Amino acid sequence: MEEKCLVTENIQYSYNRDHVFRFPDILCGKGEHLLITGQSGCGKTTLLHLIAGLLRPDSGAVYVKGKDITRLKNKSLDRHRGREIGVVFQSPHFIKSLTAEENLLMPACLNRLTIDKARLDDLFGTLNIAHCRRRRTNEMSQGELQRLSIARAVINRPSLILADEPTSSLDDANCREAVSLLRSQSEKLQAGLLIVTHDRRLIPGFSRIIHLESQKI
Amino acid sequence: MNIIQFNYKQIKSRPLSSALNVILFATGITIISLVFFLRDSFENQLDRNAADIDLVAGAKGSPLQLILSGIYHIDYPTGNIDYAEAMELSRNPLIKQAIPLALGDSYKGFRIAGADTAYPALYKGQLKAGKLWQKDFEVTIGSKVASRTGLALGDTFAGVHGIHGLSAEPDHAHEDMLYTVTGVFRETATVLDQLILTNMESVWAIHAGEHDGDDEHDGDEDHDEHGDADHDEDGDPDHAGDEDRDEHGDRAGDPDHAGKPKEITVLLIQYQNPMGAITLPRLINTSTRMQAASPAQEINRLYSLLGVGIRALTYISGFIILISALGIFISLLGSLEERKYELALIRVMGGGRLRLFSYLILEGISFAVLGYMAGFAISRAAMFFLSSYADANFNYTLQGWVASTDVCLLAASLGIGVAAAILPAIKAMNTNISKTLNQ
Repeated sequence: MEEKCLVTENIQYSYNRDHVFRFPDILCGKGEHLLITGQSGCGKTTLLHLIAGLLRPDSGAVYVKGKDITRLKNKSLDRHRGREIGVVFQSPHFIKSLTAEENLLMPACLNRLTIDKARLDDLFGTLNIAHCRRRRTNEMSQGELQRLSIARAVINRPSLILADEPTSSLDDANCREAVSLLRSQSEKLQAGLLIVTHDRRLIPGFSRIIHLESQKI
Repeated sequence: MNIIQFNYKQIKSRPLSSALNVILFATGITIISLVFFLRDSFENQLDRNAADIDLVAGAKGSPLQLILSGIYHIDYPTGNIDYAEAMELSRNPLIKQAIPLALGDSYKGFRIAGADTAYPALYKGQLKAGKLWQKDFEVTIGSKVASRTGLALGDTFAGVHGIHGLSAEPDHAHEDMLYTVTGVFRETATVLDQLILTNMESVWAIHAGEHDGDDEHDGDEDHDEHGDADHDEDGDPDHAGDEDRDEHGDRAGDPDHAGKPKEITVLLIQYQNPMGAITLPRLINTSTRMQAASPAQEINRLYSLLGVGIRALTYISGFIILISALGIFISLLGSLEERKYELALIRVMGGGRLRLFSYLILEGISFAVLGYMAGFAISRAAMFFLSSYADANFNYTLQGWVASTDVCLLAASLGIGVAAAILPAIKAMNTNISKTLNQ
């Protein structure tokens, strides 16, 4: 049986006793795209953080490339996340002291991976940010930053790409471009793509959509 | 990009606060390093030059002045002593060796000392060229004398009465009696390097009868090192501010030196056994016209006098370093708020908690190391100028560029860097990534 990029089982998470989230099980195979929508406060970002291993669920399991990350120790979890999961955030945060290229290479450096020049050139070219290579991120436009953010998420060839509201601050053209890039990179890398958003502009482009209801217990 | 490069870029991205941290730390290190180095250099010089001399006998006056002039050739002598009396003392069974030294003239600021050949042996002096003095008016010169004055084997020169600076005009040169250079010592890093040694007969001969009816020294602005034996009676034992000092020990009002007893400036004594230390100083002070001064005691007294200043400077620099450590701590803690997204990002991208911890610790260490390096460089530049000044004015060079305390100071700097960064590093390590990214 083909190993799934992402499998979640019975995840529950609570910030406090009165605020418990129970999430539906998710399956995402290689190159598959999944959109998770829902109203603000329904737990979209919490779910994404649980899948990324930034939060640990109270119960349930999260398998990323066959490994239950809820059972991993901190050090192994950090390493697994760094190599197998790429994350794109709503606000593209970068390390201000570094150039675009250095920011792009950061995930590889942190995970002791080598990125050859051809791959770097390809990413900069494909994402149309080659002209920004030597620039600092405070000299780049919002669209360029979001494209650089996508490049950074895929530089380590992850098994799973997670995007948290990647288009909320973009206009229609940049929104289309960002989603298209995420999809194309996911297909190219045969990585699962999971986008959480409340941006309804994205819905027509996805065949698999999970709508989260407010499931607080 | 490795952790060092990343650290460098982080520091560079905050130039003002980084520079302030480094400057403050460097200021403390400069003062403390300079104080330690000067103290070490000073102590080494004093220890080396003290050789194995246990006691100095000389004219009555300030014992410290006697030691400084008789051993270190810095201050002016307290006066002269009777050679016969000194020789009688040297036959005491408690004395292993007694070396007479007659100071008087100089050449281009370097003292000419009448001595016997045991004197250079005290400093393990070895000849670089030529031979030791044998006849009257033959001299063997120290390495610094040779390099500074250009004197070489076979050269002749006239000594000048008293001590003159290198640039001073020889206003009272003994032109009629020329010294001839017969040997040059190798460098010993002791006072031997800055002395012109000859036999005592030469010193006596050059001054025999020179004052006969001669009042030419009256009003002489130069210090005359032969020392007036009566000077201590005028209530000015240390010669402070004395503008007209006769170093040959000529007795005031004595018009005829030709027939007077032979005199020397000091007698350098080594004890035969520890009993000497108990008996000899008292014997000399009570039953002779000389005074005895112990180099160890006088130098300890000098250290205790200087020690107050050294301690004060050490405390001040320590306080500055403490303030700079506090500055580093505040700067790192303040930057955590500014960099919280960056730190969270590093965690998301696979950087572990320990990595965040090490980033912050390395930043603290970097400030401390940069401050140490800058402080070390500035203190050595200051040392260079101080050494040049001491060399020009006292013919003393501060030896070496690295003090034993430098390694301790570096280790302490690293410790301070770590201590200043540890709390911010723990805070960074415990960053709640999810919460930070949601803000």
